[in-house]
Amino acid sequence: MIRYWFPLGVLALWAVAAITGGWVVDSANQIDLQRILMRPGDLGLMGYDDLGRPILQRIWVGAQVSLLVSFGVVSLSLLIGTAVGLCAGYQGGWLDLILVRIMDVFLAFPGILLAIALAGVMGPGVDNLIIALSAVGWVGFARLTRGQVLSLKQRDHVTAAVALGTPRHLILLRHLLPLLSAPLIVEATFGMAGMVIAEAGLSFLGLGIQPPDASWGSLIRDGASYMLMAPHMVLAPGVAIMLVVLSLNMLGDRLRDRLDHRSHS
Amino acid sequence: MGRFLLSRVVTALGSMLGVACLVFLLIHLVPGDPVDVMLGESARPADRQALRVSLGLDQPIETQLVNYFSGLAQFDLGQSLHSKRPVSELLAERIPATLELAIAALFVALLIAVPLGILAAVERGKAWDWGAMGFSMLGVSIPNFWLGPMLILCFSLWLGLTPVSGRGGFSNLILPAVTLGTGFAAILARMVRSSLLEVLGEDFVRTARAKGVAELQVIWRHAMRNAWLPVITLLGLQLGALLGGAVVTEVVFDWPGIGSLMIESIQKRDYPVVQGCVLFISLMYVLVNTLTDLVYGLVDPRIRLDGSI
Repeated sequence: MIRYWFPLGVLALWAVAAITGGWVVDSANQIDLQRILMRPGDLGLMGYDDLGRPILQRIWVGAQVSLLVSFGVVSLSLLIGTAVGLCAGYQGGWLDLILVRIMDVFLAFPGILLAIALAGVMGPGVDNLIIALSAVGWVGFARLTRGQVLSLKQRDHVTAAVALGTPRHLILLRHLLPLLSAPLIVEATFGMAGMVIAEAGLSFLGLGIQPPDASWGSLIRDGASYMLMAPHMVLAPGVAIMLVVLSLNMLGDRLRDRLDHRSHS
Repeated sequence: MGRFLLSRVVTALGSMLGVACLVFLLIHLVPGDPVDVMLGESARPADRQALRVSLGLDQPIETQLVNYFSGLAQFDLGQSLHSKRPVSELLAERIPATLELAIAALFVALLIAVPLGILAAVERGKAWDWGAMGFSMLGVSIPNFWLGPMLILCFSLWLGLTPVSGRGGFSNLILPAVTLGTGFAAILARMVRSSLLEVLGEDFVRTARAKGVAELQVIWRHAMRNAWLPVITLLGLQLGALLGGAVVTEVVFDWPGIGSLMIESIQKRDYPVVQGCVLFISLMYVLVNTLTDLVYGLVDPRIRLDGSI
């Protein structure tokens, strides 16, 4: 039971924090020189940072960035990847050949590296972050969709639909997409986990969210310089990332067992 | 065999060509005028023009592409805007550090993952299995840029056992290698477990047990030998990914490798060097993946015969 409730609980908390994040922005960026590097205690639940800003509120606001970016990237990647995969797999022929070549080129970059380069070149900001990560993220969905479509289009119900003269877009949307949804949902859940880490990683490198706004990655980056005096600055945001990613991975595992009978191990 | 080899090499060359094209396009993704971004708004027109000419940005894009590839053929990756040194020279200086870190991380990962994966498979469903899979789940969920600082805090700052950062002796290597290797160990342990579990169900394992071969021998000599193949493939695939993941770890530990060169160059807007770093790491990645494919085909005849992986 805990394998369900733990991830769902953490993710619900994440979502609530993200939605309500806007309310605490002001206090999250409030500099208070009296409270510089103050440890967690009676005043602030998680202590204060090097400018006397409350860590709890900054993590709260950071939840918004991490949810927004990871959800945005996965949605965009899912949309592009599924469309490309459907076209390549169903159409076949030269279109498939070209699309597969393009996928191969994107797969030839080690994941995060291309995102770092793109974010570095395009400049910081949430929108550039989403574009850079989506440029890396769509390939996985495209490959998965293509592979599934290649085997699904041999099925009898698709042959029957073709024989009945069903328009192609209806075959794709009504007869293929529903069967694809289970593996895609599983992939998307793991994809979210990867993107939470990727967003935080880019922000850690200074390529994502810019100061004074808070992201879990930039909180760790700020805290790394004060580790001996104020370990709480690094500890708290790291735990937040870990809990969310762990929950998404656990949920992905559970979903795979429930939905996706293809990859039972 | 010849066809298998040829098809793999051709695919690899195609990917490399595509990678080089994408890397070439990178500089054109700079918003606005790349020369403005590199020099700042206040630069003199003469300086701008000089930079534009030296980067070849004044020429039509086809000419730029041709020049870029003819440069690549001669290992000429352009010049750093900052130090005015050739990019290939800067890369060459940093390559040993990155390789050292990647190989050490691979070693750490194997050291953790192989015993853990075997234990989990042998003790399937019991405490060890749960523990190992719990570690694996945690391992993929902890980001490098957090694990690194935490290790520094514990082992360098509190216990004083290892240096905080930089490259030097063996003690400098431990923390970065563990940081980079842990996530990899988590994935690898799962692979070892599932691969071994599959083999343990085979007839020859039952026969060996029936003959009275000691259990340890059955696992190591009979089963593990056959379980290595998928593990080796994953190793190859991940060695390239390690090179990519090394970027963050290098920054955390101030490790003078290609990853930190890339981040430094991004901060200085030294785009030719950024392009060089991305190109080098990606080409290494393609190369390692292709070699893994070839080795796998050599070791397991089933693959090269039907020609599909």
